Amino acid sequence: MRWLLLKDLQILRRSPLLVALLVIYPIVIAVLFGLALSGGPDKPRVAFANLVPPGETEFTVGGRTLDVGNYAGDLFESIDPVRVDTREEAIAKVRDGEVLGAMVIPANSTERLRATLGLGGGDPPVIEVYYNADDPVKRRFVESTIEARLADANNALSDAVLREAARYIDVIVRGGDISLPLVGAIEILGLQRSQGIIESVARSLPADSPERVQLAQVARFARLAADNLDVSRPILASIGTPVGVEQHIVEGRKTSLDSFAVAVAVTVSLMFVTLLLAAGLLALEREEDAFGRLVRGLVSRSQLLTEKIILSALCALAVTLAMLCGLAAFVGLDWSRIPAWLAALAGGSLGFAAMGTAIGGLTREVRAASLLAFLLALPIVFLALVPSGSVNAGLYSVINVVSGAFPFKPALRALDGAINGGELWLPIAHLLALTAGFSILARIALRRFG
Amino acid sequence: MRADSVSKRYGTRDALRAVSFEISDGERVAVIGPNGAGKTTLLGILAGALRPTSGTVSLRPEEVGWVPQQPALYSKLSVAENLRLFARLEKVADVEGTVGRMLEQTALGDRARDEVGRLSGGNRQRVNIAIGLIGEPVVLLLDEPSASLDPRQRERLWQFLSALGTTVVFSTHDIGEAERYADRLLVLADGELLFTGTPAELETATGATPAAPDFETAFVRFLHEQGH
Repeated sequence: MRWLLLKDLQILRRSPLLVALLVIYPIVIAVLFGLALSGGPDKPRVAFANLVPPGETEFTVGGRTLDVGNYAGDLFESIDPVRVDTREEAIAKVRDGEVLGAMVIPANSTERLRATLGLGGGDPPVIEVYYNADDPVKRRFVESTIEARLADANNALSDAVLREAARYIDVIVRGGDISLPLVGAIEILGLQRSQGIIESVARSLPADSPERVQLAQVARFARLAADNLDVSRPILASIGTPVGVEQHIVEGRKTSLDSFAVAVAVTVSLMFVTLLLAAGLLALEREEDAFGRLVRGLVSRSQLLTEKIILSALCALAVTLAMLCGLAAFVGLDWSRIPAWLAALAGGSLGFAAMGTAIGGLTREVRAASLLAFLLALPIVFLALVPSGSVNAGLYSVINVVSGAFPFKPALRALDGAINGGELWLPIAHLLALTAGFSILARIALRRFG
Repeated sequence: MRADSVSKRYGTRDALRAVSFEISDGERVAVIGPNGAGKTTLLGILAGALRPTSGTVSLRPEEVGWVPQQPALYSKLSVAENLRLFARLEKVADVEGTVGRMLEQTALGDRARDEVGRLSGGNRQRVNIAIGLIGEPVVLLLDEPSASLDPRQRERLWQFLSALGTTVVFSTHDIGEAERYADRLLVLADGELLFTGTPAELETATGATPAAPDFETAFVRFLHEQGH
């Protein structure tokens, strides 16, 4: 077998155009994918559970009545809402991949808003957001969509709170009536009037004057002013974000988009290099009419397949490891995980190489093998990158099964796990099973068409 | 070499029907017949490149040298590299010595470093035959060896093969070539072995007449008479 390896390496060395194509094309494709990935899906399906009891959705800020439902309406402009009745139902839809994420408005939201904005203190209302973190692109999209919509809602609330805060300041400066929780309605003297009183007292005050009442009023004002300023602190704090967000990951991990993009780019390159090489090298044996001469006793079909798989996998491993190391220098990956990178790349390259030989086994010419490899590879990549919730649950299950029958999705999972510290061995086991399956298919193809 | 009731079936089509014959040492046997007669299939089975549906062949593939119709060579490798590769795969004891001998026999010593893809059809065929001979086979099988050669190249090829002294079985649909270079003929039509004998015996069997004055025309008439 080593002589076959040597021969194939000699052929590759003398085919600079083919080798250049093998290196440049995957990089171009990877860049295109990266660009495509930077945009998110349009109007994702999001489960929406409003647990606020009917009739309790309104609250008053500065004498103006607002409705929680109005803010949901704003949010629905950028998502496709799937209304559900309970939190559990919303989480189940996320877990099943039926929706991209879920938003739950807890039952106490209006009450908390009233308390926060009515100077009652306490925690601000919190909207719960649930999503799967299996796909960082999807996660970023859900986060940015919800954060943007909540920022709109918070801005509207902030306006109302600011108006109310301005009124309080006006009272403090000029004086007037104000209603405070527990204390009730009180009259505030105001700084201007206080100033007048103090000046008046100062002018007329003998040494032991009886005008103690007026001085007491001044002291009371000072105390109330201090108290009011103290009470207004939580109001000022709530101006920025009157409504908070609490995010929950239903499944998966928090992977940064940058490191996920690296995993996608390297997996795409791994796929193209290995598929094209394995399919091309096997088809070349028949294009050169050497196949018949080889398998009539010189080498067995299985040996020939094994040689093509090993050579393609090793070449692709070397190219993509170099690519990963190069990217790691820019993105800042954890170098101590190199053994895991190697394991993931080896598993992926074996899976793709076996698939490549199956393609090469079906074709008699290198050009036909390359074309078939491209035709198969591109849809496999797109299917593997479809996020859960972006299509209906039945179709997503079909997509999952189809993706699972090809090495791209498990290779991406393995590499993502290797780079970001997630699951590694299960996808590698999946890849090894696919390697065995595709090798058998290639062997049958060689017997059938060889 | 002996073939006993060799048959080959592709789906519902019989490519060979119970073909039996024997070939003696040193004989040069031509397998002739029209296109689709089963010549390539028969040679493929004798070479071990195809499995018969039924029947047996006495020699193992390792004992047979195989020269397919299309030169089975790596066009990106040089002449010497091709010879070296197959010498190694054939597990020849003295690889470099064998390569040198083959280059000498094919008179391609001065082209040893040239890529096979740059050679003429005749030279490529010589390398193709040299690879068939590299394992020093008992029998050399050639499938239409002169099909893509001009008359001068064909003449050189037969000079080269005659000098080998090895048992040779070749297929051709050039009746003149078979008559000229073969000791014995096997006539195939629609997978059936119609005739075995010397060219002279076939000539007698076909019987040249004013309507079919030459051997080729008489041969075609013979096939018609046999229902093909």
